[in-house]
Formats: sequence, structure tokens, C-alpha cells
Amino acid sequence: MTTLELQKMAVEVRKGIVTSVHSAKAGHPGGSLSAADLFTYLYFEEMNIDPADPKKADRDRFVLSKGHTAPGLYSALAHRGYFPVEDLPTLRHIGSHLQGHPCIAHTPGIDMSSGSLGQGISAAVGMALSAKLDGKSWHVYTLLGDGEIQEGQVWEAAMFAGAKNLDNLTVIVDNNNLQIDGTVEEVCSPYPIDRKFEAFNFHVINVADGNDMDQLRRAFEEAKTVKGSPVAIIMKTVKGKGVSFMENNAGWHGKAPNDAEYETAMEELTKAGEALCQK
Amino acid sequence: MSEVKKIATRDSYGNALVELGAEYDNLVVLDADLAAATKTGVFKKVYPERHIDCGIAESNMIGIAAGLATTGKIPFASTFAMFAAGRAFEQVRNSVGYPHLNVKIAATHAGISVGEDGATHQCNEDIALMRTIPGMTVINPADDVEAKAAVKAAAAFDGPVYLRLGRLAVPVINDNEDYRFEIGKGVTLKEGKDLTIIATGLCVSSALEAAEKLEADGISTRVINIHTIKPLDEELVVKAARETGRIVTVEEHSIIGGLGGAVCEVLSEKAPVPVKRIGVNDVFGESGPAVKLLEKYGLDGAGVYRQIKKFL
Repeated sequence: MTTLELQKMAVEVRKGIVTSVHSAKAGHPGGSLSAADLFTYLYFEEMNIDPADPKKADRDRFVLSKGHTAPGLYSALAHRGYFPVEDLPTLRHIGSHLQGHPCIAHTPGIDMSSGSLGQGISAAVGMALSAKLDGKSWHVYTLLGDGEIQEGQVWEAAMFAGAKNLDNLTVIVDNNNLQIDGTVEEVCSPYPIDRKFEAFNFHVINVADGNDMDQLRRAFEEAKTVKGSPVAIIMKTVKGKGVSFMENNAGWHGKAPNDAEYETAMEELTKAGEALCQK
Repeated sequence: MSEVKKIATRDSYGNALVELGAEYDNLVVLDADLAAATKTGVFKKVYPERHIDCGIAESNMIGIAAGLATTGKIPFASTFAMFAAGRAFEQVRNSVGYPHLNVKIAATHAGISVGEDGATHQCNEDIALMRTIPGMTVINPADDVEAKAAVKAAAAFDGPVYLRLGRLAVPVINDNEDYRFEIGKGVTLKEGKDLTIIATGLCVSSALEAAEKLEADGISTRVINIHTIKPLDEELVVKAARETGRIVTVEEHSIIGGLGGAVCEVLSEKAPVPVKRIGVNDVFGESGPAVKLLEKYGLDGAGVYRQIKKFL
């Protein structure tokens, strides 16, 4: 896809996030929106996948280690054709396949259940290890939150991936700088994130704006050239990106918009989409 | 008793893995720096490329096992019961149990028979923890024959399995030719009509010893080996309660939530009879030679006999 096409798709993914969380009256819009461009890039550009064959053996895998941002992943999967976009408003409803956190057994396209922070990256490491054991060329991606990396298990997994030279693993950190109780520095600073991953033998790529498709593209192109070590892409993002009143506001970590807020958010996103169509 | 062959079920595990390695090329073994103790080192010697040492990081090891399972591998993840069921409980629940992945958790050094290492390493809570996880199969084999059969059955079974294994060499009691192992099926080792002892793990041989003494006292004692605590062989347990009227459970585990708990849950609803739970009585263990500890905590044949006499 061209950058413009990806940007347009990211707007649609954001609309799906706002729509599903509004309908659920619960969920995590802030971190879903900060990673919306990443979800879009992975599923519409980067990954070798087939929505018609979600379990294809040689597909690339994605583990949403920051599982609470499932609305972002669900929206990307729906728009990519894994299931109808009309399913998105069933998020968190009884009987829906769209659980509050991703589940491998419920939703087509989900490669691993996740949501308890710190656990997804270990599963991603296991998948990457499996490919290495079998001499397969598929790649594993996992997305972590910057608050999530306060979990010790993340560093157990990072140590293993670095020690075993898993260069088929790309770890992305969504550095929106906010967690539930405030900024990540106020709560318990994980900085410097890049040097921590470097110390665990990762090739680190810093992305100044993880909501910029061209910058994401450059990062993933660079990642492809890395041999012999896993890659960590640390991307600075804006929590709540794309909905003005949610941006950079920790209060929108885990809160659904009311009807009026939903209308405003959708208007903003529609305008953003129309503006892209003028390009 | 000195003539009886004794083997630790952790050794049975290592030996079974080597046999399975030839049968399943998708079987991989994970360890957390305890390969010499868990006996996965035996597998490593034969299949070094399929033995992955995760270092001292059990939570991550369980997650890696989960990831491997999503790609079609059969991972056996090994460490001490304390760390597999205790430290990594939430990883087992959320990364293995919830997605119902085909991960085998082989937890050695269960119970007080760990011995000298003492209370920090003597896990008497793992059966209780593991059996509360939906879809988890929990197996606690009694001896070498059963442990090998259980490891093989676990490999052939599709779904998460917790295998409880021991450090201490225990008597081989299942070396009869007609022995067969089936997940979820208890084994009646001895018939009796006055009382049934339901035992698991290394306590099965203690139960047999106690039953012999009870018979000498004129008490007809049935002995059932429950190697699979979940799913429990409810039919066999209920039948024993109805036919013998009294039940004693024996396990090297807390009397809270283990075999005794599982049996009481079934009987209280389906066949209420007096039950005595013999096990670790809601206390931590301590350092000492394993055999001496089993005596001190009343889990050897004499201790089980003594406690049953008191119950009767």
C-alpha cells in the first residue's frame, strides 16, 4: 500500500476503535489509538498473512502483549477481512467473539491469548524459537506498552531472545508515555528504554513519531536488514491519537466515550479521512 | 523392603522423554537451569537441539512453552513444583490454561520429600492450584512404571497437563504385567469392604503398607490409586464410598485442596460418608532427610496406619 492508502486505512481502524469501545461502554481507547498506525502498518503492509487462511502454517505471527488494546487489533483484523467490520460493536458483549482481551480460541486472526501484562512477549519468543528450530523463515512481531515493560517477565523474555539471537523477532514498544496512574516517569520510570533493550542484545530502532506511516515504514525496512539479534522498535506515540480530547490524557486509558463524545470523535475522524481523500 | 526396586519419578520422566523423543519429532523440552535435577538432562544428551534451557526464569519458560505450542510443538516445561505451579501460576493459568494450549508441565521435587532443602522448596500446594484451572489435567504418578506411562499418555493427549513428580526414590509397585495407564481412571490395587484408602503419588505405597496392617487387625481395606486428580475418577470414588462406608485419603500435599479436597467435593454431593484426610496438615515443611520427614509428617506406612486407627 502507498503511505496515503495506509493513512486512510488507519483512520478507518481508529473509527472501529471508537465505535467498538463506545458500544462496549468499556475498554481501552487511549492505547488502541496510539498504536492504530502500527496495527495498520503490520496488517496491511508488513506481515505475510492471509485472512482467508488465518492459521496458515508459514504466516507471520503477531502477539499483542499489551492485550488491553484489543480494540485496535480487532479493528485492524476486521478491516483486513478476518471477520466482518459489523462485529466490532459487539466488543465485550456477552456471547461476542471479541473478548475484552484477545483470545486465540475466540477470534480469527488472533495468534495468542494475552492481556495479563508481560506474558505476551514470552509467547512471541516461543513462536520465534519454534521457527528457528524448524529452519522456517516466518517472522514474529509483538507489541508492548511502555508501562507494561515494568513487568519483570518482559526482561526475562528479552534476555532469552537476545541470548538466543532470535533475529526473527521484532518487539515494538508503544511509548505513549502514559499509564493508568499518570506518566510512566511519575509511576516508575522505565527510561531509558532503548538502552535497556540494547543491553539485552537487541538491535534498537528509535522512531520519533510512531503515528507517522513513513517513519514506521523506515523502521520496519531497517529491521529487515538486521541479522543475528532481535529488533526492538521504540516508537514515540500520542496516547489517544486522532481524537483531540483523548490525546495525551491518561484519563482515556480505560474509559469509553459517552454518546456526545462518540459523535465528536467520529466527526473528527471522518474529517481526517476526508482531508486525506483531498490529497 | 530392601529387596524392593526404588526409582524416583523424576528419573522415570527423563527416561520416558528419551523414548518419546524418537516417537515425536515435534517434542521439545524446556528447563530452567535444573536439567540435572529434573532429569531433562538425560533427554538433552540424546537430543541437544530440542532441549532449551531458559535460565532461571520460570514465568518466561511457561510463556515460551505456550508460544511453541501455538506452532504445533509439544513442549514439556520442567522445573520444581514450587516454581512451576507457584511462581508461574498465573502464566500457567493465562498463557497455557485459558488458550488451552498443548503444554506439558512436568514439575519435579513436589511435596516434603524434597528433603533437606526445606520448606521454601517443598511444594504442598501445587495440586490445589493446578486443579482449579479449567481444562487442566493433573497427574501424580505413584512409581516408575506409572510415571513413564503418564509421561507418554501426556504426550499423546491434546491439551495442557500438569505432571507431579518426585525427587525421592520410591518403591516400584506397578510392575505387574497387566498394568495399564489411562488418564482419569483410578486403579483398585486391593479389594476390601470396611474401608477404602484413596492415595496418590508416593503415598500409594504407604497406603498399601497400612492396609496390610489393617487387614492383620481384621479390617478389610480397599486401596485405590488415584494417579489422575483431575479429571477425578468420580465413579470409582463414589462406588468405594457406597460399598465400604468410610474413606481415607492420603497424599504428600496439603490436606487443603488436593486429593482429599477433590474426593470430599465429590462425596459431599454424591455419597456423603465419613472421610479422613491424611496429608500435610496446613503447615510448612522443614529440612531433613526425605524418609525421616515422611515419618515425621505421618505419611509413611506406619504413620498412615496410626492415623487410620485413630479415625476408626
